[in-house]
Amino acid sequence: MRERLTPAVRIGLSIALATGLYGISFGALAVASGFSVAQTAALSLLMFTGGSQFAFIGVIAAGGAGNAAFAAATLLGIRNAVYGAQINRMLMPRGWLRPLAAQVTIDESAATAASQSDPAEQRRGFWVAGIGVYLLWNLFTLVGALLGDALGDPRRWGLDGAAVAAFLALLWPRLRSREPVAIAIVCALVTMLALPWVPPGVPILLAATVAAIWGWFGQGPADEGLEPDVAPVSDKEASR
Amino acid sequence: MTLWGWIMLACVAAWTLKFVGYLVPVRWMESPRMSRVAGTLTIGLLASLTTMNALSAGQGLAFDARMGALLVAAVALALRAPFLLVVVLGAVAAALLRLL
Repeated sequence: MRERLTPAVRIGLSIALATGLYGISFGALAVASGFSVAQTAALSLLMFTGGSQFAFIGVIAAGGAGNAAFAAATLLGIRNAVYGAQINRMLMPRGWLRPLAAQVTIDESAATAASQSDPAEQRRGFWVAGIGVYLLWNLFTLVGALLGDALGDPRRWGLDGAAVAAFLALLWPRLRSREPVAIAIVCALVTMLALPWVPPGVPILLAATVAAIWGWFGQGPADEGLEPDVAPVSDKEASR
Repeated sequence: MTLWGWIMLACVAAWTLKFVGYLVPVRWMESPRMSRVAGTLTIGLLASLTTMNALSAGQGLAFDARMGALLVAAVALALRAPFLLVVVLGAVAAALLRLL
């Protein structure tokens, strides 16, 4: 069995565990935001892209309407189309594997595949990370949702503070150079200035517009902001 | 539309976006401009969501215990704490500040 744990498989498994675990925080926060356990589980099973899921519940928690939550989640999902194209070029999945591969195309599986140079390893990395995260993310979402349901008043447990921390933690790994930091600060300011004046959920769309215009006309590197929440580390680091 | 309706619609949109990547010509999706917009959108949206969850109070701003959570989370992230620990520390900070 030992030789079956290739570097890509090991990286995929460690990423699946690290990412899957924080499904607990998604589950607990979704329930604290007023979602039922069934709705929370449906988001992880069907939407299955962490950033968009957090965005959806975050907009609703802040008092936004369903259409604003939909827009924020969908805009955050655009980067998955870029990952889809990368995976398609690497693995060329055919037939029924394609829609399945699409469902597990997320930051983590794309990054695991991209961290390998051998095509067979890319394939293993993608599927192990993708399916591994899918299984654990859904399991821990359910655990978190049931836990959140049992906790009662979310504010008493500081779950609104946990949501703030979660979004900052999702943003943090993407702030590797000066330009992303500038984008983040400008978009935070736009949100802050817009909050008192427009209906809940609209500030985030204004910030998204600013960010899109920045990207369209900007000259920065093409892969900015496309980092996974949990970076695939090299094998040596992973076994430390 | 009900919340369930928007959830389902957003789930369909999420999968469709992923699948679109497999259908369109590679050079189209991998154009530097497309990747850049996808990247800056991700950064901008997450920054906006962080701000909104830290400051919004209905249709307005409130500086409360959540600011403490934001600061504690930033320090934890700078010290390379793992995701789950950062989230727990954020909750603890907000809960403790409310007890004071």
